[in-house]
Amino acid sequence: MTTSTALSRRPSYRFSWVGMIGLSIILFWALVALLAPHIVPYPVGEIIDEDYFGPMSGKLLLGSDYLGRDMLSRIIMGARYTVGISLAAVCLACFSGAALGMAAAVIGGWFDTVLSRLLDALNSIPSKLSGLVIAAAVGSSLGVLVVMLAVIYTPGAYRFARSLAVNVNTMDYITVARTRGEGISYIVFSEILPNIIGPLLADFGIRFVFIVLLLSGLSFLGLGVQPPYADWGALVHENIGGLPFGAPAVIVPSLAIASLTISVNLLIDNLPKKIRDRSA
Amino acid sequence: MENLVEIRNLKVEATTDAGRRLEIIKGIDLDIAPGEIVALIGESGSGKTTIALTIMGYARPGCRISGGSITVAGKNMVALGERQRAQVRGLEVSYVPQSAAAAFNPSKRIIDQVVEVTRIHRLMPLAQAREKAISLFRALSLPDPEGIGYRYPHQVSGGQLQRLAAAMALIADPKLVIFDEPTTALDVTTQIEVLRAFKAVMKKSGSAGVYVSHDLAVVAQIADRIVVLRGGEVQEVGNTADILSNARHPYTRELLSAFEPKARGASVVAVAESRPLLQVSGLIAGYGPTQADGLPLVRAVQEASLSLERGRNLGIIGESGCGKSTLARSIAGILPASAGKLTLDGRELARSARQRSREQLRELQIVFQHADTSLNPAKSIEEILGRPLKFYHGMKGKARDARIDELLDMVRLPKSLRSRTPAELSGGQKQRVNFARALAAEPKLIVCDEITSALDTVVAAAVIDLLKEMQRELALSYIFISHDLSVVEAICDEIVVMYNGRKVEEITPARSKVPQHPYSQLLFSSVPKLDPGWLDSLERDPELVKTYVHG
Repeated sequence: MTTSTALSRRPSYRFSWVGMIGLSIILFWALVALLAPHIVPYPVGEIIDEDYFGPMSGKLLLGSDYLGRDMLSRIIMGARYTVGISLAAVCLACFSGAALGMAAAVIGGWFDTVLSRLLDALNSIPSKLSGLVIAAAVGSSLGVLVVMLAVIYTPGAYRFARSLAVNVNTMDYITVARTRGEGISYIVFSEILPNIIGPLLADFGIRFVFIVLLLSGLSFLGLGVQPPYADWGALVHENIGGLPFGAPAVIVPSLAIASLTISVNLLIDNLPKKIRDRSA
Repeated sequence: MENLVEIRNLKVEATTDAGRRLEIIKGIDLDIAPGEIVALIGESGSGKTTIALTIMGYARPGCRISGGSITVAGKNMVALGERQRAQVRGLEVSYVPQSAAAAFNPSKRIIDQVVEVTRIHRLMPLAQAREKAISLFRALSLPDPEGIGYRYPHQVSGGQLQRLAAAMALIADPKLVIFDEPTTALDVTTQIEVLRAFKAVMKKSGSAGVYVSHDLAVVAQIADRIVVLRGGEVQEVGNTADILSNARHPYTRELLSAFEPKARGASVVAVAESRPLLQVSGLIAGYGPTQADGLPLVRAVQEASLSLERGRNLGIIGESGCGKSTLARSIAGILPASAGKLTLDGRELARSARQRSREQLRELQIVFQHADTSLNPAKSIEEILGRPLKFYHGMKGKARDARIDELLDMVRLPKSLRSRTPAELSGGQKQRVNFARALAAEPKLIVCDEITSALDTVVAAAVIDLLKEMQRELALSYIFISHDLSVVEAICDEIVVMYNGRKVEEITPARSKVPQHPYSQLLFSSVPKLDPGWLDSLERDPELVKTYVHG
């Protein structure tokens, strides 16, 4: 029996291999984004190939783009923008959405009603459309892009967190905390958050994918990251002329976007599960 | 005579989420003769429902029948294919679930669901099936047997729905009916009607029955034979009278002793002061929008007044919906009262908990029925008990750790549970932690809302003993809310009987322990007794039943 109690104290986790594949691809891109300036084979802006839309070769591993620049270097640097901007935006959106959602569930009453209607109104504008309008109106510096993407995805995060928190809020332990005289911030962060953190993380993953896709879409339309910088969406846009030639310059950035979004999806569908075998 | 059911060396396995196999039924032998009613009794987790379900060849998801044989009317249910099992189900063996409310489809008329079995097995034309259903409704003494089937499930009461579920099970004249705790969710006053109907209809149809229950007194009324189970093994089998009068197995005796009336110890803490600890006068509370007179639309509690002296206990009993929990919630300030005055220890209490001072909140603690939902599953026991210590007493570090150990010791839990989460504790352990959290505040009064209802008889008795002990040591007072009279009698000095939101009677030992009000008399007389002849000999005034029982 002594071994069994020791086991049940340290909960073990089960992590499926599909999730591990997802995680390793994400880690790979995160590492690439972090180390980008040190691992690029050629400077990003330099024209190296005399041919444009050059094929894959020993010198240029992923071929060259429409100006004859090294595609591999541009993908590596593009990872910084795609991953960085999306991550910053999703953190902002999910943090503010979750905090507001939980607070609305706990406080209730007019606070909940006013906030919910306000964010519903924001949510009713199609995300691509509002993205286009804001980018066209204010211009698109990196800061504006991050804030814009965060604002677009906050209402969804708010709705999700609120609906989870409303369920937890009716539990008796919340009533116990209230009758103890606890404040709102304690109830939100100590009593509710630990119980909904799992679904919130899954939501974080989905929203990250949405943001990567929206950002790539905006860049493709020329309203996202502006030259001389280029994220993956912008790379697809720049090299769209290579499509008839089957140039790697247009296929590789598309594959990069797909690999990142699919692997995030794989990971959040297969997050490690805690094994609750009490007698083991 | 050949047995209808023969179970030989039955084994059921469950697979845990770590992929490990666990034997939950460890080789059971059981025979049921035609027309015999056998009761399976035991605490939760003893495997009684699992065994009952295997008779239909069914194992719940994650479980599987791993060995042995179950022969029902000559067919081995273990060896049959799923299609052949479906032929047996409903026709030869049928099932009455614990919660009929969850078993009926809310969007279909009752009669269409009752006759469904005859349609699936193509037994008889629809008109004939309906006629048969109506005659069953009559046999189960349901009101308006011709019309009741044409209602929807939400239009009949819980007790009626339970009888309608029995009609559904009996429509194809099965050889065996499995009753899975069919009266557990009902009030005692309703339970009697349902039990009587079951007993009469089973006698008339001559079907055999398996009655699963944790309540020995209920089983005593209906079963011919009792099988006592624990941990997936048979502890004792015997005729009902034998088991009740001379049980041999210690576990059976333990179950029986939980029924013995326990005298409330006269060791009441000396009451020096005459000032009551808690005084409630003219309290009105309810739900819904506020009306012109400033009172809510639905008044769950109407002008309740009570007073409780220090070191004494007050019991509040009544059936579900009588307003007892609402009363507890308004005393605790969770549901602010619309009218009335609350005084705790001479100082007036605000109606809403938000307006009460931290000191007042500390002095009055509430413990809820479901320990599962009142302990945060994401926190360790240490964190759960540590929070009130820090919040009310500003305890930190070593002092707090020592106090947590002390509290665990007080409620008889080992210190090794500190780092566990609530999901890793048993029901009884959770309820002890729940209670320890209230003790951590060092209150003067603890409101206990049905705290033993979700526990097994033996575990509940241990929790009650703990409560008494705490009272002796810490000079606490309790308000004890329950629908279970025996629990309330075991711990309370005074008993308040509530009916329909009103206090109908206050029973104090000083006056007499005998209830005067007709509803109290009905309630007290409805509590099942261990005597197997109790149900048949019980006579109730039909007028009284008509007035107060809506089951």
